[in-house]
Amino acid sequence: MDVITRHLGEFGDGLLITVELTLLSLAGALVAGVIVAAMRVSPVAALRAAGTAYVETLQNIPLLVWLVLAVFGLPEIGVMAGLFTTAVIVISLYQGAYMAEAVRSGINAVPVGQGEAARALGLTFTQSLRMVILPQALRTVVQPLGNIAIMTIMNTALAAAVGVVELTAAANRVNLAEAQPIWIFVTAGLLYMALSACAGLTTGALERKLAILR
Amino acid sequence: MIEVRGLNKRFGDSRPTSVHALRDVDLDVAKGEVVVVIGPSGSGKSTLCRCLNRLENPTSGEIRIDGRPLPAEGRELARLRADVGMVFQSFNLFQHKTVLDNLTLAPMKVRGVGRAEAERTAHELLDRVGIGEQAAKLPAQLSGGQQQRAAIARALAMRPKAMLFDEPTSALDPEMVGEVLDVMTSLARDGMTMVVVTHEMGFARKVADRVVFMADGEVVETGTPEAFFDSPATDRARDFLAKVLSH
Repeated sequence: MDVITRHLGEFGDGLLITVELTLLSLAGALVAGVIVAAMRVSPVAALRAAGTAYVETLQNIPLLVWLVLAVFGLPEIGVMAGLFTTAVIVISLYQGAYMAEAVRSGINAVPVGQGEAARALGLTFTQSLRMVILPQALRTVVQPLGNIAIMTIMNTALAAAVGVVELTAAANRVNLAEAQPIWIFVTAGLLYMALSACAGLTTGALERKLAILR
Repeated sequence: MIEVRGLNKRFGDSRPTSVHALRDVDLDVAKGEVVVVIGPSGSGKSTLCRCLNRLENPTSGEIRIDGRPLPAEGRELARLRADVGMVFQSFNLFQHKTVLDNLTLAPMKVRGVGRAEAERTAHELLDRVGIGEQAAKLPAQLSGGQQQRAAIARALAMRPKAMLFDEPTSALDPEMVGEVLDVMTSLARDGMTMVVVTHEMGFARKVADRVVFMADGEVVETGTPEAFFDSPATDRARDFLAKVLSH
């Protein structure tokens, strides 16, 4: 047990990086997800096609491949970014594809009449999406978005593979020094569970607060 | 005010199951006129109504509003729709907004009216349709009749030149039909140009300047309410009236 207490600092730093990776990636993913979902329901065929291509490309290649590709590929094309920044961008875009699909299902769950009423009042397609449809769609997909948030927390561990010292990498480093994998990785696991619990509680609270009467 | 020429609408165009919902429909609605469209289910009444502000895209034909052809999708169309109010069978109030916000959204975002003025107009309109005290509630907290009156007020908040009603009382419990028809009757008395698709024969007889009878996607007969109800010219209309007026 004192193997953990001796390395509280490393665990703390790793946890902090994991939380930062998660929050920044989630914010990015939500923005990407809403934009791509809007493209996929747009009346413009080219935008719909682009949205579909985005989701298919991002979802059908593993996140680890994207991370490695970005870390080694971006400098090749002249884009210099830190490992942390690269990881945030890649995870955002990757989780954004999943967010987009969840948001799109929410958009499809909003009764057609809501959009018709908005357009009949003279709102443009974009206005009716932004002011009438999305606010209702997002409320109905709080739970799936919460699941994606948990998936994002777990996926930040992959950033360890490209050199970001988040929780998993920190645990690994401690283990290299102490060779006590059970204690060390059980601790890391419990910390991930605690983060997930926070995400779950937030989701539940949001869902209760945002529920709309129909 | 509204001119329709040779309007055709097919659903599922290329498929063998395609439905020819409107066949060469012509219709004229003068300024201040109340035209009531009646006919059996599936006769194309609602489709006609929805084509008038392009919620349905006509397959062919021409629609002019105030002499200008109805534009295709885009900003132009949005501007035109702002001038033509629409009331739906299922109310379609924005579920996440209060009644007041339902009324102020479009005037503020489309017309650029300030919040204070938009709210003042909204309160006036809610009073006019008799639900002034419901302004702060969410649509789901209102009865069907109140929701439909709020929906009419929402359409009026845009100060439309004409109003389309797509079976506004068909989803209401019988005891709430009257309150909605009363609001529509007072609108008609105030000179609003109206196209009303309905099954309410009493309303048609009392309020319409002209009755349009549709069946199988065609306008079969059109005339004053007296002429239509007392001496329909076609067998199709006689048959329909015999069925709906027999109870």
